[in-house]
Amino acid sequence: MRDVAIIGIGMTRFGELWESSIRDLCVEAALACFNDAGIDRLDSITIGSMSSGLFTGQEHLASLVPDYLGRRNVPAVRVESACASGGQAVRTAFLEVASGMSDVVLAIGIEKMTDVSGGEATYALATAADQDYEAFHGVTFPGLYAMMARAHMERFGTTRDQLAQVAVKNHENGSHNPHAQFPFTVTRKQVINSVMIADPLTLLDCSPITDGAAAVLVAPAEMARELQRGPLTVITGIGHATDTISIAHRADLLHLDAIELASSRALGMAGKTIEDIDFAEVHDCFTIAEILVLESMGVVPAGQGGPATLDGLTALDGDFPVNPSGGLKSKGHPVGATGVAQICEAVTQLRGAAGDRQIPNARIALTQNMGGSGGSSVVHIVEAR
Amino acid sequence: MQVPRFWREIPRYYRLEAAACVQCDAIHFPPRKICPSCGANAFETVRLSGRGALTTFTIIRTPPSGFTDQAPYAVGIVELDEGVRLMAQITDCDVDTLKTGDRMIAKFRRIREEGRTGVIMYGYKFVPDVGV
Amino acid sequence: MVGIVGYGTQIPRYRIRVEDIASVWGADAPSYKRGLNLNEKSVPGPDEDTATLSVNAARNALLRAGIDPQLIGAVYVGSESHPYAVKPTGTIVSEALGACPRVHTADLEFACKAGTEGLFIALHEVQSGVITHALAIGADTSQGAPGDALEYSAAAGAAAFIVGSEDLIAELLTTDVYMTDTADFWRREHTPYPEHGGRFTGVPAYFRHVTGAAKAIMDRAEMAPEDFDYCIFHQPNGKFPVQVARKLGFTEEQWAPGLLSPTLGNTYSGSSPMGLAATLDVANPGAHILLVSYGSGAGSDAFIFRTTERLSDVRDRAPHTRTQLDEYRVHIPYGTYAKFRRKILKAE
Ligand SMILES: [Zn+2]
Repeated sequence: MRDVAIIGIGMTRFGELWESSIRDLCVEAALACFNDAGIDRLDSITIGSMSSGLFTGQEHLASLVPDYLGRRNVPAVRVESACASGGQAVRTAFLEVASGMSDVVLAIGIEKMTDVSGGEATYALATAADQDYEAFHGVTFPGLYAMMARAHMERFGTTRDQLAQVAVKNHENGSHNPHAQFPFTVTRKQVINSVMIADPLTLLDCSPITDGAAAVLVAPAEMARELQRGPLTVITGIGHATDTISIAHRADLLHLDAIELASSRALGMAGKTIEDIDFAEVHDCFTIAEILVLESMGVVPAGQGGPATLDGLTALDGDFPVNPSGGLKSKGHPVGATGVAQICEAVTQLRGAAGDRQIPNARIALTQNMGGSGGSSVVHIVEAR
Repeated sequence: MQVPRFWREIPRYYRLEAAACVQCDAIHFPPRKICPSCGANAFETVRLSGRGALTTFTIIRTPPSGFTDQAPYAVGIVELDEGVRLMAQITDCDVDTLKTGDRMIAKFRRIREEGRTGVIMYGYKFVPDVGV
Repeated sequence: MVGIVGYGTQIPRYRIRVEDIASVWGADAPSYKRGLNLNEKSVPGPDEDTATLSVNAARNALLRAGIDPQLIGAVYVGSESHPYAVKPTGTIVSEALGACPRVHTADLEFACKAGTEGLFIALHEVQSGVITHALAIGADTSQGAPGDALEYSAAAGAAAFIVGSEDLIAELLTTDVYMTDTADFWRREHTPYPEHGGRFTGVPAYFRHVTGAAKAIMDRAEMAPEDFDYCIFHQPNGKFPVQVARKLGFTEEQWAPGLLSPTLGNTYSGSSPMGLAATLDVANPGAHILLVSYGSGAGSDAFIFRTTERLSDVRDRAPHTRTQLDEYRVHIPYGTYAKFRRKILKAE
């Protein structure tokens, strides 16, 4: 396999982008990415979208995107793994380049979510769950994570304050991110007292409904060296794993096997351990999710995610900074775009270009993208060389 | 959900029919064609008892389309006495006093309907097992 | 020999008090409570209907009968609130019980009499020897127009009876009927609420038919009121069944165990069948029971049963009717009731 570098990143602002269509968002992110890379070559496109059909009625992004990028005839494919679709797009692009099949591949993540009502968006998101045996009963995604949150609180004594601190920390980070949907800070009291969505999770425990797109351009590391634009950022590890689609069928509701396996596979490929990681972008679709991910990846022992968060372990200046971008919570969560946007943040940090949210001397980043309630996960290790 | 998809599931939704692996005795709900425990692919159909305990739950206050008339409603994971875990609504309960460990019993209820003129989909929900 | 081998009921958890309905319409609650002997009524939850009540009652009946559901050769569901105008309730019930596919099914409708119609057919069908077991259900989630007198009584509930010829818990002694064309209460196709003839529903309708059927069956059986341990008459409210029982010469001891309407309301097709179930919950072996239904339009079915030793062995296999009625009930305000019963106009 060839070494694969990220030679360009680009993303739209995340938020309720009423004037932008799904094609506008894809083109805007891709253009930003090409400008960043400074090259005009494109061999192939991978597109991650969870449900462009249910959110906008538009399938066949594999034709729409190259067409409106002015790249007719370029091969393109859409990949889907629910909220991990973006991570899958990057992984697919990586495989094309690493294998020698293509040289310059654009990975785009997209979701345009605000063209439907809240109820319809909730329904569309719930299609990532088992349709016949979970969603049939009226469960929502906040509901699935709320069941895990209740179990975590009852088994480990995790508190509402600890959960809320995930949101407080991520909003603090996101307040320094110009792309963020909600770049404001919140207090734990505000989180706990916001409107109840699915007990025990409140509105501010949940990531929002978001429009947005993100793109990265990958190429052989050798080619990247010749381009000589800023520090070289290389994807040194990729891990991918799956788990049961229904949370009722998990051996342990509070251990996300797909996350443990994806991260250990990615770290193994990169020849690293979790201690080598300088910071992580993880899938905090709900506050409890960030805690479960920390525990499942082995950053902290089971049950310690809450206290560790309250102690500042994952803060920007902590020993293991998590979600310097603001995470899904503050930056926003256009589901298919999220996995790509995580890579964008990793590269921005590794370039030292993250401004007020910069983690000093960041050299090794981990991004963790999750589908559904943990039914799939993709982890990337990105290193500055 | 369209009628054929619902109709196909009637043995599971109406009667809690599960698959018992003939090789390792593991019971799967919904039924599977390959046993994830031992890899075997021969099963016997068994009807689950519908009795068990609540392992975790939430109260849905922001429902998906099609469930607004029922909100707020509880959804939980029930572990049946056979060891099978399944997700379902908990109905006829006081959402403020429901707690994990509560004994549950399956009842036959309306799950959803396709608008006021479409088909009505029935299935299992659980109620606290208080002897009625 | 033919009779009942298992019975079961299902009452929704929710109740609304007469006062809470009266206060919305500016009506005089005490006059309903005293005049009609009504205190509260059952209300189905938003996920309950005639099919769900029927299935849950029939499951209780199966628990008591202890038979393989595949033995059930016929399923009759009597109701005036079938969930579909076209598409049977009986198929839903048969599938849920596991009685399909070799089961004859029919939905019946005859105002409040549809439940005993099913029982009548089931008993005589098993008696004929065509099938060994039949299931008869009376169930309703009845609707009274907002503000109408019926709103105080229209309730929800179901009773199910498995009929057989062996292992009887109550043997059928005889049946009779009394029927004329009398429009005292009706609901036209495509209209949501029934209309009724006010006081015309009394003497020429309810009392004439119930009395006619009761007298006919007692004549046929050569029995008098004092020969019975229990009597159950259709219960549109708490007053009519007591009046008719008294007029026929029965005593409170005979009607009290089966009189549910003061706190249940009128469960229409479920009404007198649920009274029979509540009576079976307490009856001793060898007890004689008179059951007379009434359905507007109008007619009455009458039955005489004699309980067996087996009754006391099976009655505790499922929840008793009074337990469901008196325990685990929740009173809801009119707004919640209106939401549950879909009386509020809202966008789809
Ligand atoms: Zn097996």
